[in-house]
Amino acid sequence: MSGVAPARGGQGRDDRERAAIRTGGKETMVTLTIDGRVAKVREGATVLDAARAIGVRIPTLCQHEALEPWGGCRLCLVDVTKKEWSGWEKMVVSCMFPAEEGLAVSTASERVVATRKVVLDLLLARCPEAPLVQSLAREYGIERTSYQENPEPTDCVLCGLCTRVCDQIGVSAISTVNRGAGKEVAPPFHEAPPDCIGCLACAEICPTDCIPYETSDLGRTIWGRRFEMVRCPHCGRAHITKEQATFYAGRGGVPESYFLACDACKRKQMAKTFTSLAVAR
Amino acid sequence: MGEIAPAAAPLDRTALAELRLRLAENLRARAGEPATGAPRELLVCAGGACISCHSLAVADELESALAASGRAGRVRVVRVGCMGLCEAGPLVVVSPDGVYYQKVDREGARRIVAEHLGAGQVVRELELAWDAPDGRRLAGREVPFFAQQVKIALRNCGVIDPAAIEEYVARDGYLALEKSLFELSADDVIADIKSSGLRGRGGAGFPSGMKWQFVREAPGDEKFVVCNGDEGDPGAFMDRSLLEGDPHSIIEGMAIAGRVTGASRGFVYVRAEYPLAIERLGNALAAARRAGLLGEDILGSGFGFDIEIRIGAGAFVCGEETALLRSIEGKRGTPQPRPPFPAQHGLWGKPTLINNVETWASVAPILLRGPKWFAAIGTGRSKGTKVFALAGAIRNTGLVEVPMGISLRTIVEEIGGGIPNGRSFKAAQSGGPSGGCIPAAAADVAIDYESLQELGSIMGSGGLIILDDRTCMVELARFFLEFLVEESCGKCPPCRIGTRVMLNLLERITKGEAVPADLDTLEALGRHIQHTSLCDLGQTAPNAVLSTLRHFRAEYDAHVLEGRCPAGQCKALLTYTIVAEACSGCALCAKACPSGGITGEIKHLHVIDQELCIHCGACLSVCPTDAVDAV
Ligand SMILES: Cc1cc2nc3c(=O)[nH]c(=O)nc-3n(C[C@H](O)[C@H](O)[C@H](O)COP(=O)(O)O)c2cc1C
Ligand code: SF4
Ligand code: SF4
Ligand code: SF4
Ligand code: SF4
Ligand code: FES
Ligand code: FES
Repeated sequence: MSGVAPARGGQGRDDRERAAIRTGGKETMVTLTIDGRVAKVREGATVLDAARAIGVRIPTLCQHEALEPWGGCRLCLVDVTKKEWSGWEKMVVSCMFPAEEGLAVSTASERVVATRKVVLDLLLARCPEAPLVQSLAREYGIERTSYQENPEPTDCVLCGLCTRVCDQIGVSAISTVNRGAGKEVAPPFHEAPPDCIGCLACAEICPTDCIPYETSDLGRTIWGRRFEMVRCPHCGRAHITKEQATFYAGRGGVPESYFLACDACKRKQMAKTFTSLAVAR
Repeated sequence: MGEIAPAAAPLDRTALAELRLRLAENLRARAGEPATGAPRELLVCAGGACISCHSLAVADELESALAASGRAGRVRVVRVGCMGLCEAGPLVVVSPDGVYYQKVDREGARRIVAEHLGAGQVVRELELAWDAPDGRRLAGREVPFFAQQVKIALRNCGVIDPAAIEEYVARDGYLALEKSLFELSADDVIADIKSSGLRGRGGAGFPSGMKWQFVREAPGDEKFVVCNGDEGDPGAFMDRSLLEGDPHSIIEGMAIAGRVTGASRGFVYVRAEYPLAIERLGNALAAARRAGLLGEDILGSGFGFDIEIRIGAGAFVCGEETALLRSIEGKRGTPQPRPPFPAQHGLWGKPTLINNVETWASVAPILLRGPKWFAAIGTGRSKGTKVFALAGAIRNTGLVEVPMGISLRTIVEEIGGGIPNGRSFKAAQSGGPSGGCIPAAAADVAIDYESLQELGSIMGSGGLIILDDRTCMVELARFFLEFLVEESCGKCPPCRIGTRVMLNLLERITKGEAVPADLDTLEALGRHIQHTSLCDLGQTAPNAVLSTLRHFRAEYDAHVLEGRCPAGQCKALLTYTIVAEACSGCALCAKACPSGGITGEIKHLHVIDQELCIHCGACLSVCPTDAVDAV
């Protein structure tokens, strides 16, 4: 998981940080109800955060805790209302809508379920063979799409997680190209991406595992580009690409040699150091 | 009245007041308002449409004819913005006489100088006039096209030279800015905009005063003001005409908003396809800076404000406000879910006020003439006027500004001059591709934001396409949906996949391959797309389909149940036959037929084999004697 790790230090904010931005550092709690149950969360948390905190499951595809919410897949739609709205309900994406004091959320009302079903039905028309989409659709009683199936089936749901994680790492090797139905994720000009460092973050974050790659001690291939591996100087395991090592080193001001050691050896080294410290003391 | 000296140096309030005094009569005369002692001027339309009909050559010709007849110093030729009746361009107006000349060419230009100016005789053949049903001959501003309009946003379009800041100033230009700097508090201004009832003219019709207040109250030391001049609706040219014909009205509106909200920077986002608008706006910005009406310490008030132009790359979705703001930031124009709204979290995360070109142009008159005056025009919740780009099956196509609450009938029959070619009025499509259709049966409904929405359409930014009885409503809905399917940014599944599914269904209907259940699917899916899409592009994409399904269901049924296109437009559903009396036996159709379905000997009647016909319509279009019948 070396690829996703740097993301935490990037722009991805958790609810605590978002709250800090909103409230200028002060931490306030808000209370809302979700399907009739009370949830208490920090201000700045989203409705989705609040639902998860009390164990209410809302399906999501384009949301990832390491990344800014994006609101694209529309799966996490819920109804929200407030006392002063006199019965009027608004459908919003829970991954972006802020948890507010007094908000009443329905995650499984008839309207929400019917709507989510249509989104899944449409996704299944695009990705009839993707196991994740199939199983989500099945949860909503859909075995086969009721619409015309995509003549060129793909497993990519266009959740944008891959391009966003790559952006977040600071590489931006891939992006979405084209508009509308022709939209797809691709490296520039559909050629082996010159900026890619072969970190595999995109492939690892992909919810439908549809980014193919190969990796072994001998080398790694992703997006049509072949990478040489760097061996850990301690155990000899090939765990990182040369480009990754250079890229990380170029960033945090940490010497490249730090990244050359694999995680396991780093831990071992650390343990040794602690032990020797303890002995010395 | 000689040449007007360009303002090279900063102006102060006294200089502005002097300019207004000096030129006011002159400009009132041009606008057809009561005036005395105005000099004679020839106004030539230098709007986009007239320029493409060579109006600039006409202006040059007028100037040389004036010189040749010794009037060069006395009669000025003024190149003004779009006068609205582009259909009749190039237009030339003789002021202060108020005589309009249409379709003027170089020859016409010489005649205007020789006959009208020389002999004092109106050139009847070129005069814009209309014989009313009651026998009266109406000319110039009396023709219903002009007489029924109320010009607020377009007040200076076709009246002033957009390159002369003095002319804008003389039309009380920048007086509202002065008022907002020296007389009114920010809260007063917002109160005026609020009580005027002005709503956004870019599509959604959000109350402008409220938006201004949100931005004013949003915490933040840096704020921005943005003008949405993306105008992505194909066929629309309201915003282009304003940017080209009266750029200072937009600059002034934005500067006032900057003062009120606390923003010191503004951006005008214009599409790259509008080079003339970009050029004229750029010149106007430079002139305003030179005059000290933009920049630091405007008119000694201590308030500083400036505006930059940003050029858009042209995708329709870039007109959506969150996508537009990202585009200004140099990112890809993809819509973002709201909240957060731009008023809180806009450009570079700062509070940002975004309004449409026409909204900006309406600000100054409200502050000058008062919110009560504005609110007296229009209907209950829709105040003031709206500019429409009138197009389609209508005699007078062009740009019109009408009071809210006007009926479609008045627009079609009076302003538009009716449906040409002996056809009848079937429906109007409002709001561009995202809009819907209003049937002729609703022609007497007072048009406003609410009534259009009730009818299943939207005001949109003001596209208005008139349709006659030959229009197939299914094909029309398919056409608009196809545009949106291609323009969908693809971020969210309802819009990206759902509209594509709807389009496939419509294609099946126009080809006669649909089953009755398809209509139910269309309707149900359309409603879901409206509710689940991320941005208004997806949320409004089904409008054309749903509104035609609602008002023209019988036409859909005819396609699906009877395999028939009542308007005779869906090629695949037509039966082609050759009318014996009209066929000359030229055999062109037989040559054109791709399926070899037409037989006959030269100079003898040709016959179509219905078994072989693939309904391509080739025979129909090649037949020189119109002998091919398609029903
Ligand atoms: C797909 C799409 C395209 C749009 N295009 C435009 C446009 O070209 N010009 C415009 O002023 N508003 C456009 N809008 C509306 C803007 O999002 C926004 O509502 C408007 O600029 C706000 O200004 P107003 O309140 O003055 O109308 C568009 C909206 C959508 C969803
Ligand atoms: S493997 Fe390449 S494309 Fe994928 S996230 Fe890493 S750098 Fe980006
Ligand atoms: S490739 Fe995977 S991660 Fe990327 S958009 Fe498609 S489904 Fe999402
Ligand atoms: S509704 Fe359409 S245009 Fe808007 S974000 Fe979704 S896919 Fe993009
Ligand atoms: S419609 Fe086309 S296929 Fe049919 S007869 Fe005419 S040319 Fe031939
Ligand atoms: S998870 Fe909320 S829109 Fe995708
Ligand atoms: S461009 Fe001349 S009248 Fe519109």
